[in-house]
Amino acid sequence: MATKVLMPQLGESVTEGTISKWLVNVGDTVKKYDSLAEVTTDKVNAEVPSTVSGRVTEIVVPEGETVAVGTLILYIEESGAEGGTAAPASTPETTAPQAPATEQPKAATPAVSIQQAPVIDGPKQRYSPAVVMLSQQHGIDLSRVVGTGAGGRITRKDVQAIIDAGGQKPAETVKETVVQEPVAAVEQSTIVSTPVPSAPASTPAVSVEIPVASGDQVVPVTSIRRTIANRMVQSKHEAPHAWTMVEVDVTNLVNFRNQAKGEFAKKEGLNLTFLPFFIKAVVEALKEYPMINSTWAHDKIIVKKDINISIAVATEDALYVPVIKHADQKSILGIAKAVDDLAARTRAGKLTMDDMTGGTFTVNNTGSFGSVLSQPIINAPQAAILSVESIVKRPVVINDMIAVRSMVNLCMSLDHRVLDGLICGRFLQSVKQKLENVGPNTKLY
Amino acid sequence: MAVISFIDAITMAMREEMRRDSNVFILGEDVGVRGGVFRATNGLIDEFGEERVIDTPLAESAIVGVGIGAAAYGMRPIAEIQFADFIMPAVNQIVSEAAKMRYRSNNDWHCPITIRAPFGGGVHGALYHSQSVEAMFTNTPGLKVVAPSTPYDAKGLLKAAIRDEDPVLFFEHKRCYRLIKGEVPEDDYVLPIGKADVKREGTDITVISYGLTLHFCLQAAEKLAQEGISAHVLDLRTLYPLDKEAIVEAASKTGKVLIVHEDNKEGGVGGEVAAIVAEHCLFDLDAPIKRLCGPDVPAMPYSPPMEKYFMLNPEKVLEAMRELANF
Amino acid sequence: MTTKRHEQVGLTDAQVLDMYYYMLLARKIDERQWLLNRAGKVPFVISCQGQEAAQVGAAFAMEKDRDFLCPYYRDLGLVLVFGQTARDCMLSAFAKAEDPNSGGRQMPGHFGGKKYNILTGSSPVTTQVPHAVGMALAGRMKQKDFVVYASFGEGSSNQGDFHEGANFAGVHKLPVIFFCENNKYAISVPLNKQLACESVADRAIGYGFPGISVDGNDPIEVYRVMKEAVERARSGQGPTLIEAVMYRLVPHSSDDDDRVYRTREEVEEAKKKDPLIVFAAYLREIGLLDEHKEADMLARVQLEVDEATEYAETAPYPTPESTMTYVYGE
Repeated sequence: MATKVLMPQLGESVTEGTISKWLVNVGDTVKKYDSLAEVTTDKVNAEVPSTVSGRVTEIVVPEGETVAVGTLILYIEESGAEGGTAAPASTPETTAPQAPATEQPKAATPAVSIQQAPVIDGPKQRYSPAVVMLSQQHGIDLSRVVGTGAGGRITRKDVQAIIDAGGQKPAETVKETVVQEPVAAVEQSTIVSTPVPSAPASTPAVSVEIPVASGDQVVPVTSIRRTIANRMVQSKHEAPHAWTMVEVDVTNLVNFRNQAKGEFAKKEGLNLTFLPFFIKAVVEALKEYPMINSTWAHDKIIVKKDINISIAVATEDALYVPVIKHADQKSILGIAKAVDDLAARTRAGKLTMDDMTGGTFTVNNTGSFGSVLSQPIINAPQAAILSVESIVKRPVVINDMIAVRSMVNLCMSLDHRVLDGLICGRFLQSVKQKLENVGPNTKLY
Repeated sequence: MAVISFIDAITMAMREEMRRDSNVFILGEDVGVRGGVFRATNGLIDEFGEERVIDTPLAESAIVGVGIGAAAYGMRPIAEIQFADFIMPAVNQIVSEAAKMRYRSNNDWHCPITIRAPFGGGVHGALYHSQSVEAMFTNTPGLKVVAPSTPYDAKGLLKAAIRDEDPVLFFEHKRCYRLIKGEVPEDDYVLPIGKADVKREGTDITVISYGLTLHFCLQAAEKLAQEGISAHVLDLRTLYPLDKEAIVEAASKTGKVLIVHEDNKEGGVGGEVAAIVAEHCLFDLDAPIKRLCGPDVPAMPYSPPMEKYFMLNPEKVLEAMRELANF
Repeated sequence: MTTKRHEQVGLTDAQVLDMYYYMLLARKIDERQWLLNRAGKVPFVISCQGQEAAQVGAAFAMEKDRDFLCPYYRDLGLVLVFGQTARDCMLSAFAKAEDPNSGGRQMPGHFGGKKYNILTGSSPVTTQVPHAVGMALAGRMKQKDFVVYASFGEGSSNQGDFHEGANFAGVHKLPVIFFCENNKYAISVPLNKQLACESVADRAIGYGFPGISVDGNDPIEVYRVMKEAVERARSGQGPTLIEAVMYRLVPHSSDDDDRVYRTREEVEEAKKKDPLIVFAAYLREIGLLDEHKEADMLARVQLEVDEATEYAETAPYPTPESTMTYVYGE
């Protein structure tokens, strides 16, 4: 294999040299340290010696030409190379004592894009002096600004962009990026409207000026409120909502729970509420009807393997929907613990991004506000949502006799693109059956 | 307009000034017949004779001290220190004498000397042919310290230094000598000492540098532009007194400041630049002021991997710039 | 015994009387400054006492307004001959705005003044030697035939700047006179701990020009060797090193106590050879000076010193804000 001989760096600061004379011809045999060429540079005239023994196979740079340090000037076929014993390791590019003239950066430094980590710890945000100054000068509420800097830091440019866009007006300042906030929300209204989804309105009314009368209180829209609003509108627009309801006799469940709760609290340090029973029943039914546990994906429907139950947790001014991961692998105790943990952390403001992602079906405990009927909005992109209403004692006809039973309504909104009435009816019947069968044999653990 | 190398711009400036003013003369080691070890005075002895291109004895304090005496009398000496590393024996003459002559005499005497010194590494010069010594002189009121990065600036600033009524220490990065080429007008022009120069306009981050590393910053800025990061690059050009106005303006523009120099970090020029930014730009700052500098070791080692480790390069600068942009 | 030695070296009667006057003036200014210092009126004094003969003798061999001086801090006698006045010295001692050396910026003894052809100097010793060489180089380039005088102490002759400057001047045969005022002490360190060679003059041979040692208490002898050196310089024969041997009669400065490092006997012995006494004796001997003339001259000098002191003491200080001026050309 031919050794490349490069233009050496002859002297400090020298970047090029001229081959003033070749002292060898192609075919000549040279010994190590034999002179190969006379080279002229800005600083010196010197003879360039060979660093290997061999035969000159090609002269690349003609006499009189000036080339940069590090340029290939000739090839020498090393004598050992043809002898068979020489290892191919005999340095392929030895010679010239020096590096190429310019230190160009290696071409392939990958372009690193800025990962936008979402802001979780809003209240702990630290601001640079420039951000504080600018926001004060322009009356910008930094809690409503989403940062694009490292770790979601609000940068001076973020604030400047708002100023350049005309300031932080409630209707306009928070842009699409805000949607990244991992908040979903659930309707809490008890107003029943038509179960048939209406066609989505073509454009949301944005710029209608709403008059503020004297004495009216103007409450600024926080970024979380804005997110909730956007998510609601989006879900309502995209998913054609259908609605259905069953009523369930949970007298046995109530009895069982009342009997077990004392020991449970003592043993687990946790109140045994009704919600884990409902979630357990939903999860079991979802296993039977996996289509309910799915999502609309434009040209396909994705049936999710994992069953992750989103639960709605309200705070004073917002609604969060943390997720019980792998709820199908949990006992009632496991679910109870997960509910308790998520609720506590929601109220403490300590939810992580992970806590709020991955839900496949939502259970909403509207009964806790005393509601007996609700029409929830689907937590997109899930396919359905179920709300558990208040348990109330009512006279019920059983075997043609009137009995006082503990009754509960289960309301379900479904994405009619994915699901139809039939499957949902079967699903609800399955949930109902499981709940009504709760009794002394039900396993808590 | 001709494209010439940095060192040719230096030679051109001296030749023009020597033709213009018979008081201008050169003294130093090997500056005459040899034309300087870097060839900066190449050909000047042929045109101006050994009276004005003086090969001195090998003694730096005398090169500067004799120059000071001549300057005080009214000449315009250009003293060449062969390598900035060898300037140490002359420090007393520069700092105690040249820099203080006007002040100590209450403006009676002054000292218009120019002291040229090649500095910086990346040329396999090891510990004593690679140093950046500028920080030793940049707290000496009375002295001006200049370090151009382009051939155009080199010519304009060297001519300004020669015409300046006060002592100017003129640092030339020896790696720039033949690596950096640029357009240089044939005409007589001078550039103001004490003025920094925006070498690239940008909006995301401000990079402040001088000498060879300025070019690394420009190369990195070019690459980052492809990533959508816009860098504002300020060339200090004069290291003392600093152009505070330009520094404040450049820093305020983006609120993110990276200072880059080959000299080691602690006690370097960058520290002063950072202090100016900290004093004047607090409410414009959007990130900590960052410095990317040579390591705090005595000097640059000879062995190539060690030298490479010591030296900054476009990749290192790029990384620091990107990190700051992403902050 | 009554031979007029000064005539043999080309000095007139009037000149030698002038020489004595300058020596006396330097001495009286110096003594006054010590009094002012001990009275708490000026912070610092550095003295010329014992060195006046050499300084004045050397100065008379040069031409005022033509030749240049790069003096050191004891050269009061020298600068008086080149035009500085008692008032100038007192203004410097009191650090007043009118101080011609520095406008009150430098300590006393840091002589300078373009109008006197005296280059400004600093405190690090011997830095002025290369400056003198540079001025001489400039003079040659501008085809002027001035000579440049650089003085320094014997301790300073150890500094690199002395050797670098002397060598440069030797190589380029420049018109510089290196004038060493060997007063035997570099502050407290005696000559034998400063030099291994016999005399400072021996150092010249290494730089290719003559080195001459002369009795620094005799202004006529100093004048003679200086005159030769000036002629050598003007005729293009290059530099000369002159060592004037003398004795520092007082402590190094107002902050020094010389009793720590030398005996009173030694000092008293030296005072017998005080150049003022010796030179006055010579002038009396040749009839140029008598009691009457001496008293007249002394009265004249005292008056000058009194007036200068009074003027300087009441002269304005520089304004505090002027601290900020003249860092660079304005």
